[in-house]
Amino acid sequence: MSASGIAAQFTELALAVLLAPLLTGWVNQCRAWLQNKSAPPLLQPYRTLAKLFSKEVVLAPNASPLFRAAPYLIFGCLALAAAIVPTLGTDLPLNAAADAIALVGLLALARLFISLAGMDIGTAFGTLGARREMLVGFLAEPALLMVLFTASLISHSTSLSTIVETLAHREFVIYPSLAFAGVAFTMVSLAENARIPVDNPATHLELTMIHEAMILEYSGRHLAMMEWAASLKLFVYSCMGLALFLPFGVAQGGDWLGIVLALPVLIAKLAAGGAALALIETMSAKMRIFRAPEFLGTAFLLAVLAMLVNQMLGS
Amino acid sequence: MTSLSSLDAALLLAAAWLAIGFAGMVAPRSLRLASRVLFPAGAIVGLLLAAVALQATFATPSTRVLALGLPDLPFHARMDALSAFFLLLLGGVAAGVSTFAAGYLRADEGAPPGLHCLCYHAFLASMALVLVADDAYFFMVAWETMALSSYFLVMSEHRRAEVRRAGYLYLLIAHLGALCILLCFGALQGGTGDYTFATMRIVQEAPEWATVAFLLALAGFGAKAGIVPLHIWLPEAHPVAPSPVSALLSAVMLKIAVYGMLRVTLDLIGFPVWWWGVIALALGLVSALFGIVFAAVQTDMKRLLAYSSIENIGLVMAGFGLTLLFRGFGMGTLAALALTATLYHCLNHAFFKSLLFLATGSVLHATHERSLGRLGGLIHRMPWVAWCALIGTVAIAGLPPLNGFVSEWLLLQAFLFTPGLPQPYLNMLVPVAAAVVALAVALSGYVMVKFYGIVFLGQPRDAKLAEARDAGLWERTGLMWLAASCMALGLAPATIIGLLDPITRAFTGYGMASLAQGWLFLAPIEPQRASYSPVLFFVGAALMIAVAWLSVRLFYHGRVRRSPAWDCGYPFLNSRMQDSAEGFGQPVKVVFQPAFRIEGHAPSPFDARPRYSESAEDRLWYWLYLPVARGAERVTALVTVLQRGRISVYLMYSFATLLVLLFFVR
Repeated sequence: MSASGIAAQFTELALAVLLAPLLTGWVNQCRAWLQNKSAPPLLQPYRTLAKLFSKEVVLAPNASPLFRAAPYLIFGCLALAAAIVPTLGTDLPLNAAADAIALVGLLALARLFISLAGMDIGTAFGTLGARREMLVGFLAEPALLMVLFTASLISHSTSLSTIVETLAHREFVIYPSLAFAGVAFTMVSLAENARIPVDNPATHLELTMIHEAMILEYSGRHLAMMEWAASLKLFVYSCMGLALFLPFGVAQGGDWLGIVLALPVLIAKLAAGGAALALIETMSAKMRIFRAPEFLGTAFLLAVLAMLVNQMLGS
Repeated sequence: MTSLSSLDAALLLAAAWLAIGFAGMVAPRSLRLASRVLFPAGAIVGLLLAAVALQATFATPSTRVLALGLPDLPFHARMDALSAFFLLLLGGVAAGVSTFAAGYLRADEGAPPGLHCLCYHAFLASMALVLVADDAYFFMVAWETMALSSYFLVMSEHRRAEVRRAGYLYLLIAHLGALCILLCFGALQGGTGDYTFATMRIVQEAPEWATVAFLLALAGFGAKAGIVPLHIWLPEAHPVAPSPVSALLSAVMLKIAVYGMLRVTLDLIGFPVWWWGVIALALGLVSALFGIVFAAVQTDMKRLLAYSSIENIGLVMAGFGLTLLFRGFGMGTLAALALTATLYHCLNHAFFKSLLFLATGSVLHATHERSLGRLGGLIHRMPWVAWCALIGTVAIAGLPPLNGFVSEWLLLQAFLFTPGLPQPYLNMLVPVAAAVVALAVALSGYVMVKFYGIVFLGQPRDAKLAEARDAGLWERTGLMWLAASCMALGLAPATIIGLLDPITRAFTGYGMASLAQGWLFLAPIEPQRASYSPVLFFVGAALMIAVAWLSVRLFYHGRVRRSPAWDCGYPFLNSRMQDSAEGFGQPVKVVFQPAFRIEGHAPSPFDARPRYSESAEDRLWYWLYLPVARGAERVTALVTVLQRGRISVYLMYSFATLLVLLFFVR
């Protein structure tokens, strides 16, 4: 654990928390351009957050303490997740504390709390959202774990730093298993971040919504935390995808210059990733909710296939 | 304590449990005696037993011949690290459950308190004796005492037909299992005629006899542990028992069966063959997935937990299978890792499952309702129970930083080493089997959200829930002991792995403790490969949450207005609009449709009083159990040919028998 490692750790965390709404704004802007609409300003998510924070909280009479604590719990879990994924450097102090499996556990913990919060008021939409979220979760979580396992089998480690170091330092070989895993990961992250084709972040149409249904009863600062946490989740998944499949530019070990140089590379990669996400969302149609298990089942099978390919070809 | 060995202490404490049980019969109808004196005393004995076991873990194995048993066949007892570990589990869980039971017991429910006290403590004592038994005779006596005492406990409310049915099924499968275990010991003694475990350890059976013994042990102990397809009694018997008993059955008795399996395979046989591991692994994975898929569609909260026990035992079996697999190929370090995961999961499941079963007990007493469809919103009426149950929920869903995650993490790490197996196909297929574990764990999150959300959150689904009262002091203490244990097991894994070190050293030749990186980090094999530090993780998460909360509090006003729920502007909100237990389980029912036998009834559109019904049943009933039952009925029907009801016919049978015997004896 070096001084540069600690600096990288804190920069990474601060960057994730502060830039997450910007990534959401960027994706929304790209999507509006692609759909021939006039785009909202890039900083719109920050304005929304500022507005929500200053509004008062309207609580249902039967909201329990769990309901009020959940936004902070979920935000905290996702902030920790953002700190675990190596984005700038690989010499992170928190890396010994949590590996890839713990990261998946952390995301699952956030999901558990958001679902419980959705069920807390006891409205029709809240429980509906919670059930659908858990449906998406129980198929997406093992798929994500299998994607990470494929990468772990290549690098002989579940530590995210080691995975990134191994994958970034190989000579340019195409790993067939990683290709399968990449497709599976893309499908999982679309589902987990409530994106088209599984969910639509821009709708409150009750028959289709998942994420929005769960947070329907939130308002004021609680809603702000939930929205921020959702942006953070998108940021974490983007960084995870970049770390696994495009790990170039991440500083190795305690290298000050590397960390400084990694920052613009990261921002460029995120901008490209966000544009790609907007493109996928524009080009696909929202599926019926009953098709979501098929979509996620495919992702799960692809991830398992990635592992099998890795075993058979040894790469 | 100089003259008293830990084995003697354990035997004395088991005797103390028996004495407490019989003391209950002094005044069988007195609730005060049982609940204020005897059950608290039983809890203290449990704590003492845990302390003794803790001390015995690092001691050298000690043996003793007891002055009990048949004239020429005395009981042998032995305490080694494996026994000590399971005694620790038994003592620790029993302390919490007995404390809870002290507040749970009611005079007007089921058996009289004194009788209940006797069966309960006999059950505890017999489990302790199974763990220290060192010959087949003592083992079987203790094993059968355990089966019978638990049968009487399950039958506490024998006036209900479903309880009698469940009890009968339990007894039947328990005896089939006991028969297999008896035959297994027969195969293990290897023709010496000596049934002490000491001889069985030395005797080298022929490989085919070792295989026979393993398969018999798998069937016998598997029947007790609830491995698919011998699980059928478990979801019937566990829910109908009083909640503390359900807790003991699920949390401890299933682990005693796991102990038996480990004892026979790793200790008495001693040289496992790799393909045994494949069988155990396959059975474990099937049980895990089967159990959790069925748990997702249950509508009775205790049945849901019982099915989740099948899942957890499946995970334990998968770990056991990996142990055998690695051991069979002589990969000692990895076998030690898999064995550590197996034992750790046993310990974890014992604590979180008893916690949840006891929470359902409190809910049951407060509401007189077991059906999920009539509960809801209890976090407001029963906050203590609800918060303790939340800890159990997070733990059983396998989420960090609680204990369920640690053992699942270890198990997945063990799976990640399987590509190194020196056998083509196996080294490709076994890693993929990790996907099944991942799926089962993710599904358990689904099931636990259903359980917790429907019981404790939302609006009350029934008017009578408004009168529900929180658990009393005794019940609360028991719940908090178990919840605190779940936290401790989650946060201090390196310490627990230190406890497991003598066991893995004895059975695989390698320990895990030397590989742990201090108390803070958990790093099996080597730290570059994987490490996890629950304390740092917990502190990190707590810090993030605290900073988020404090900064929001610091910078923004705390104005809150109470107003009816928004629900997309729909004004006529009532509790029936929430998801029912059936509704919440529906997606799983659709995704895993082939697993169920679904029978539904939908009303016609013109029905004025429409009633919907749907049941999802276990196909194994129809494929395996009912055909066997029908066959048995047909065979027994043949006996009626002999039964004529006339004395002259029976005399003729005797005469014919004598004639035949005369012919043989001559």
